Amino acid sequence: MTDVLDPPIAAEHHEHEEHHGPTGILKWMTSTDHKVIGMSYTVTSVIMMVIGGALAEVIRAQLTTSNNSLVSFAQYNELFTMHGSVMIYLFVGPFAFGALANIIVPIQIGAPDMAFPRLNALSYWLYLTGSITMLSGFFVAGGAANFGWVAYAPLSNSINTPGAGADLWIGALLLTGFSAIFTGVNLCATVFYLRAPGMTMFRMPIFTWNLLITAILILLAFPVLTAGLIMLYCDRHFGTHIFSVQGGGVPVLWQHIFWFWGHPEVYILALPFFGMVTEIIAVFSRKPVFGYKGMVFATLSIGALSLGVWAHHMFTTGVVLLPFFSIMSLLIAVPTGIKMFNWIGTMWRGEVWFSTAMLMAVGFLITFLIGGLTGIYLASPPLDFFTHDTYFVVAHFHSIVMALVLGAMGGLYYWGPKITGYLLNETIGKIQFWFLFIGTQVFTLPMYLLGLRGMPRRVATYVLHPSWQVLNQISTVGAILVGVSTVAFMVNVVYSWKKYPAGDNPWDGHTLEWFTTSPPPHHNFYRLPQIRSERPTWDYNHPGHTAAEHGHHHEPHQEPHDEVPVA
Amino acid sequence: MRTEAKVLLGLGLFFGVMSAVYWNWGHENAGSVMMFAGMLLCFVPGSYYFWWSRRMRARPEDDPNATQAQGAGVVGAFPGTSIWPFTLGMGAFFVVLALVFGIWFLIPGLGLVVWALFGGTAEGRRGGSQ
Repeated sequence: MTDVLDPPIAAEHHEHEEHHGPTGILKWMTSTDHKVIGMSYTVTSVIMMVIGGALAEVIRAQLTTSNNSLVSFAQYNELFTMHGSVMIYLFVGPFAFGALANIIVPIQIGAPDMAFPRLNALSYWLYLTGSITMLSGFFVAGGAANFGWVAYAPLSNSINTPGAGADLWIGALLLTGFSAIFTGVNLCATVFYLRAPGMTMFRMPIFTWNLLITAILILLAFPVLTAGLIMLYCDRHFGTHIFSVQGGGVPVLWQHIFWFWGHPEVYILALPFFGMVTEIIAVFSRKPVFGYKGMVFATLSIGALSLGVWAHHMFTTGVVLLPFFSIMSLLIAVPTGIKMFNWIGTMWRGEVWFSTAMLMAVGFLITFLIGGLTGIYLASPPLDFFTHDTYFVVAHFHSIVMALVLGAMGGLYYWGPKITGYLLNETIGKIQFWFLFIGTQVFTLPMYLLGLRGMPRRVATYVLHPSWQVLNQISTVGAILVGVSTVAFMVNVVYSWKKYPAGDNPWDGHTLEWFTTSPPPHHNFYRLPQIRSERPTWDYNHPGHTAAEHGHHHEPHQEPHDEVPVA
Repeated sequence: MRTEAKVLLGLGLFFGVMSAVYWNWGHENAGSVMMFAGMLLCFVPGSYYFWWSRRMRARPEDDPNATQAQGAGVVGAFPGTSIWPFTLGMGAFFVVLALVFGIWFLIPGLGLVVWALFGGTAEGRRGGSQ
């Protein structure tokens, strides 16, 4: 076990530089380095995105014409269940708090690694085996899980959904659930205990702040899901009647438990991407984050409120307290609006550089705004009664999650050079952006109209109805455009492979990850700058500007500060 | 330490108030209990941090004027490489497969889990492999 010295002293010991360890598959299997684990997470979750996307393309192909029979009804149920499950459980979440957070958070706060490196490795193995477990449902008799990604009781009991596919789905969520909980513990401990000297809580980058709140939400929400899944498994196999009316159980209890996890989960998915675009927008506008403290408190209030809104998914059950959940849901729009205002404020009068990452971040803002505003409609019970379980809801949350995909791609273009040491091609990146952005709008906007015209969710076919068919076809075209953008991304990775060396700080970044080398050395830093604001690297590289506290932008007339970093 | 405590205690307080309001207004058990448990989950570590924040000097990372030299010394012990997370993960995988495909999967599953627990603990005590 290495006793890690503080970076200034570690710099004298150059055995860190020539750190030898196993290579190849053994390195992948045994590494406890957060960067290697984060890279494994990144690759696995992007593969999951491609699998989930392929399932979506089949769904869209089936819905292109009325009375289509490309897939059977049973296969269609499997397709939409697995599309939702793969994307939510195996792509967006692990990509956010497993992949980028794992790599970036320790570096942003000047830490040598995550607080519990072996637990971190265990998180990855549980995530990988969970993914394999869920996908193996396609290879068992009876097929994969087919009760929707929400597994509502009593549809998910052993009479209505027999077979191994459903059990594999439950088992997969147990594994990935524990993976997420361990990552949450790790992130909290890292942020609380491993910050560099001078990195006070209110100097942490917004991305790290958001990941801290995300980690707390994971710890609040995921154990509830895990407990619910164990109850569901007992109902299916051990003859308990927790969710069945016949034995005196309450089916709606499953919905309460599921959504008590499921709504915080929406913010567990979204907050890391809020943090990502905050970093991207600030760096590419060459300005500090506008309203830093406002951003932090907005994130905290989103996190706090997210625990009290779960039953807005259950308005039509008729047994929930409508005014409470409606008020709480509408309140979430306030901190989210503050964030939107601050993002625009950060860009306002900045020197905006529309690189691919910045385009993705701006695309995120627009798409998220569409999804967020329609979310306010759905928070109102009368409107929700009208649109519940129609394509309006599908369109709403696809606007949100496609915004997150835009953010994820922005994150890859922004931090990819730091992780790999090489930039991606900007021209192909911009082509990818336009396909992704336009494709997203083309596939979600018709769904809003479809929903208002009454098309229900989760139906494999629909009768010939001219306006439904045209709108579905437009939506399919959009899905193809999004597919093309994914191909463009893969082409870009292959084309740019080790072609454009990035250097340590290609974007003139603000935060500590841009102070170290690309890729960072073992234990991340040879030296650290003095930390006097929330953007220490920028202060170091622009000594004419004095350390700016919380977004106050000093004019560059002061004397260069003489705080030389301890080398 | 103080900011960490305030974040957790603030969240816990909010969940407590929400739980009380919800219980008195809606009389629904599941949600009230879950929000109450959320409050406890924030209060337990939050009060621990608060207790310590009043009894210890500001750590270098809590001091806005700290220099990097103040953080010199041993940050912590970090393992090099380790096979045990992989072993434990595979063990958990087999245990979950036992839920689906039959109880016999428990034999390799629990075997790997126990092996990894002993191996990982021994590695921690020994100092780990580099």
